[in-house]
Amino acid sequence: MGKRELTVLRGVSLNIERGELVAIMGPSGSGKSTMLNLIGCLDRPTSGSYYLDDREVSHLNSGELAEIRGKKIGFVFQTFNLLPRLSAVANVELGMRYAGGGNHRRALEALERVGLAERANHRPTELSGGEMQRVAIARALVKNPPLILADEPTGNLDSRSGEEIISILTSLHAEQDVTLVMITHDANIAHHCQRIIHLKDGEVVEEERV
Amino acid sequence: MKKWFEPIATAWVGIATHKLRSFLTILGIVIGVAAVISLMSIGKGATADILSRIGNLGSDLVTIYPGASTFGGVRSAAGSVQNLTQEDAAAIAAQVANIDYVAPTYSTRLQLVVGGENMNSQVTGVPPEYQEIQNLKMTTGTFFSDYEYQRGAKVVILGSSVKETLFGEANPIGQQIRMGGNIVRVTGVLESKGAMWGSPDEAILIPLTAMQQMVAQPRTAQGERVISSIALTVSDEEKAEQVVEEITSLLRTRHRLGPNVDDDFRIISMQEIAEAVTEATGTMTLLLGAIAAISLLVGGIGVMNIMLVSVLERTREIGIRKALGAKEHDIWIQFLIEAAFLTLAGGIVGVIIGWLVSYFVDRMEVMSTVVTADIVVLAVSVSVGIGLFFGFYPAWSASRLDPIEALRSE
Repeated sequence: MGKRELTVLRGVSLNIERGELVAIMGPSGSGKSTMLNLIGCLDRPTSGSYYLDDREVSHLNSGELAEIRGKKIGFVFQTFNLLPRLSAVANVELGMRYAGGGNHRRALEALERVGLAERANHRPTELSGGEMQRVAIARALVKNPPLILADEPTGNLDSRSGEEIISILTSLHAEQDVTLVMITHDANIAHHCQRIIHLKDGEVVEEERV
Repeated sequence: MKKWFEPIATAWVGIATHKLRSFLTILGIVIGVAAVISLMSIGKGATADILSRIGNLGSDLVTIYPGASTFGGVRSAAGSVQNLTQEDAAAIAAQVANIDYVAPTYSTRLQLVVGGENMNSQVTGVPPEYQEIQNLKMTTGTFFSDYEYQRGAKVVILGSSVKETLFGEANPIGQQIRMGGNIVRVTGVLESKGAMWGSPDEAILIPLTAMQQMVAQPRTAQGERVISSIALTVSDEEKAEQVVEEITSLLRTRHRLGPNVDDDFRIISMQEIAEAVTEATGTMTLLLGAIAAISLLVGGIGVMNIMLVSVLERTREIGIRKALGAKEHDIWIQFLIEAAFLTLAGGIVGVIIGWLVSYFVDRMEVMSTVVTADIVVLAVSVSVGIGLFFGFYPAWSASRLDPIEALRSE
């Protein structure tokens, strides 16, 4: 497509079990985000294969990938990525919109689980960073996906809010049978996980069990 | 929320967020639709006007005029031959079916003197049936009777404009007019039918029998009395065409025209004129509509422009939606509905404004206007169609965005 092809990940072989809590660490440019995009079915590998729930998904078209994202994957971003024009509860409802349809009651329940029920009708601009990230987590979990991916969920937060977010994520993992993969720079946060994968220059250099 | 409702609600949020921009975007559509509605209504109003005037003259009216003579390949002006006769009229009355009344008329220019006024005018000799045929109503006095006709009474009926010219506001009934070398008495004034071709407002009518006493009526080689026209009414408008055909063949026989000779007379039926007028004004209306439709097209381009800006501005939103599982067609439909929504709103506002314009044009009696349901439905559906057409590309380009790049955009 006129763009220079850049090999970001090379010879990576990785297996994540259902219900695992995994952290991916590495310096910038190590291929963490590309890895997460691949796992999240936002991108397709140029070569190699990826099995999600025993299904080879690396050759699926964009519509089929969108279907998988809608049904099986919840995303939590560093920059929250809430729609500024919608209230907190409407943002959470949006998480179900492409996974079979929105439901106001379930959206409120999800907000309750992240402890934000009373701010349901506030817009993102009226919320703090930590609150926005909690709305984003509610949006990710509202459709009960088996897999939640978080890309530096605490990167834009102060340490106290960051800890709150991590405790919400880990308790979510503990209470439900959800697989959680998280990119982080923070070794303290990574040590809340069961396994830490270290990436460097597109290769897995170390796997560490906590 | 119901599933079908969600994209509409989303589109509404998109529009409501940028109220001024949305308003400016639809302005082109508003103006276009308003122009289409008001111009079409004026065109339709004009058509209805003309048709009602024709109806006033009598939509069952058929008039026969003498035709052009062809001599050595040179065709003279219509009416240049004197070949239509009173005997033709009698033959038509006797032999052609589905005719109510037949009236031969003879017109000639005569010198009129009223008081000090002296003028040269066209005077028409007619039988009493002429009143029925031309659907003439009186403002004052009466039309001449069969009895007056039989004895060739020197009475005259004036058209409304003629009465105005000769007598002004004064009552003309019983007044005398010098006509040629004779004195005639005014017995009636006709109601006005509005100025147009064939209007009786300019008519000066006297009994044909009186006319024949006053002037020497020319005769053909066969000795038949030459007349200026034959007016008749058909009993059934549906049969007008058949009547015209029968008269044509009768007159061709009577005038001894060979199979390769053109008719030496012309038959004009109001039915035919009405059709011709309807066709002509219909074309005009369509033309006006087409000119107005160009502004709709320009409005559509404006919508496309804003939709492209909107897609660019909301790239990140599109990325988020895609990450949440939106498929290409979800995004596509969202933007398409937004565009159609905008132009639908523009169409509705345009209909209201166009309707108001034509209402006031009608109220101020500039022109009569008719807003018909079909124009309204057409204008609104065309504006939605414009939204879908010009929204197509922006919506498509939105749907094709790569989710990763879209999420990265600021």
